Amino acid sequence: MTTVVCRCEDITEEDIVEAIEKGYDELEKLKRHLRLGMGPCQGKTCLPLARRILGRETGKSVEEMGDPTSRPPSQPVSFSLLASLEESEVDE
Amino acid sequence: MSEEYDAVIIGGGVNGLGTAYHLGKKGFTDVAVVDKSYLGYGASGRNGGGIRQQWTSEENIKLARESRKMFEDLDEELEEDLEFYQGGYLVLSFDEEEAEEFKENVKLQNRLGVESEFLSPEEAKEIVPELNISDVVAATFNQSDGTIYPFKVIHGYANRVREMGIDVKEHTEVLDIETEGDEIKKVKTDKGEIKTDTVVNAAGGWSSEIAKMAGAEIPNVPVRHEIMVTEPYQRFLEPMVISFSHGIYFSQSEHGNIVGGIGNPDEEPGVNQKGSLWFLKKFSDTLLDFIPRFSGVNMIRQWAGLYDTTPDAQPILGSVPEVERFYQINGFSGHGFMVSPMVDKVTAELILGEEPSIDIERLSVERFEEMDIEEEGGVVG
Repeated sequence: MTTVVCRCEDITEEDIVEAIEKGYDELEKLKRHLRLGMGPCQGKTCLPLARRILGRETGKSVEEMGDPTSRPPSQPVSFSLLASLEESEVDE
Repeated sequence: MSEEYDAVIIGGGVNGLGTAYHLGKKGFTDVAVVDKSYLGYGASGRNGGGIRQQWTSEENIKLARESRKMFEDLDEELEEDLEFYQGGYLVLSFDEEEAEEFKENVKLQNRLGVESEFLSPEEAKEIVPELNISDVVAATFNQSDGTIYPFKVIHGYANRVREMGIDVKEHTEVLDIETEGDEIKKVKTDKGEIKTDTVVNAAGGWSSEIAKMAGAEIPNVPVRHEIMVTEPYQRFLEPMVISFSHGIYFSQSEHGNIVGGIGNPDEEPGVNQKGSLWFLKKFSDTLLDFIPRFSGVNMIRQWAGLYDTTPDAQPILGSVPEVERFYQINGFSGHGFMVSPMVDKVTAELILGEEPSIDIERLSVERFEEMDIEEEGGVVG
């Protein structure tokens, strides 16, 4: 039976276990090797699941597994919407 | 814990790992690569993956030309699909004066074996049919340029060097470099001391700090550059599109995502890797001006990385006057990935005392005191 973990990038549990066996044994590495959590949902679904699989396979603590930075935006935003922002709204 | 290696490479990015790979290929494997974070935490894992040979200085053109050839064979060497897609680079000009410079650039590039072409706006539109050419004056194009997936390269190098017996130590932060006179004795890390007499400084945005630890001075300054990525789409954009005057670049990766960034001329130097809303607004405005049809495309993620900048926007390579066997491979000013294969090979040759494949004397740190500086004008982002 195949279990899909990352629906955006079509990554299965087997893909993750295989990557861990190859040495991609932190969430940051799994993310970049498999593009896990790099799709439109930005890891909201798959990263907690991947963390659980990584913990099960390696016995690592949550700290040792790493915690990829949550990048903005929280959901996909079109370029037309971003371009419609006022200058005063985006001042640094 | 005390260890000993023939050489310690500081920085687990493309240039640190690539140098280790070229050392390993020559049988020099008593080497440790150390990184304070995971591999590719710095600019190597934060860049847009552009591989361009259309440069304005002779050194950069030669390094980029040889590197592009090496990238073409790297899939096979690293046994990894690196997603190198040679859809070309389309460089746009929006004023007559710059267009004249483009003509000269193409001449120089052609003379050095890079087959770039000077194009009219209409010819540019043939390559990117969605392009708004109302303000475009001219363009240059080079088909053998392209994009690559940086992480595949980094992980490919790491896997191969580990097989060769080279140690790659992640989450190992260098705290100090101990010297006696002009000789290196030890690298001190948060995980213990490493005895060595040879150190490679491939620390990207942190290179100046590392140099200082060894008592050497390099003029590098880290500057933040921001970048973003969209949802993946079926391919509709062949080349990387860039403009020096707008500071923008964007391409479609082999995976289908549009990846792009735009520079902020007012960016304050310093180590800052946070994304800003200012960037998204600026990038979106400019992108929609270039390709209006992008309006409904969704961006999904933004991040930032550091350009390790030098006064002439050219890298610093080779040894330094203050310390023996302290090799620099840094200061790439935003184009360290695309020249990495050749630069890494040459750095390995220098370490082993061999004749370098390309003369890089002009890229030594001593140029800032002794030689005339020729500034690279082709920086984008």
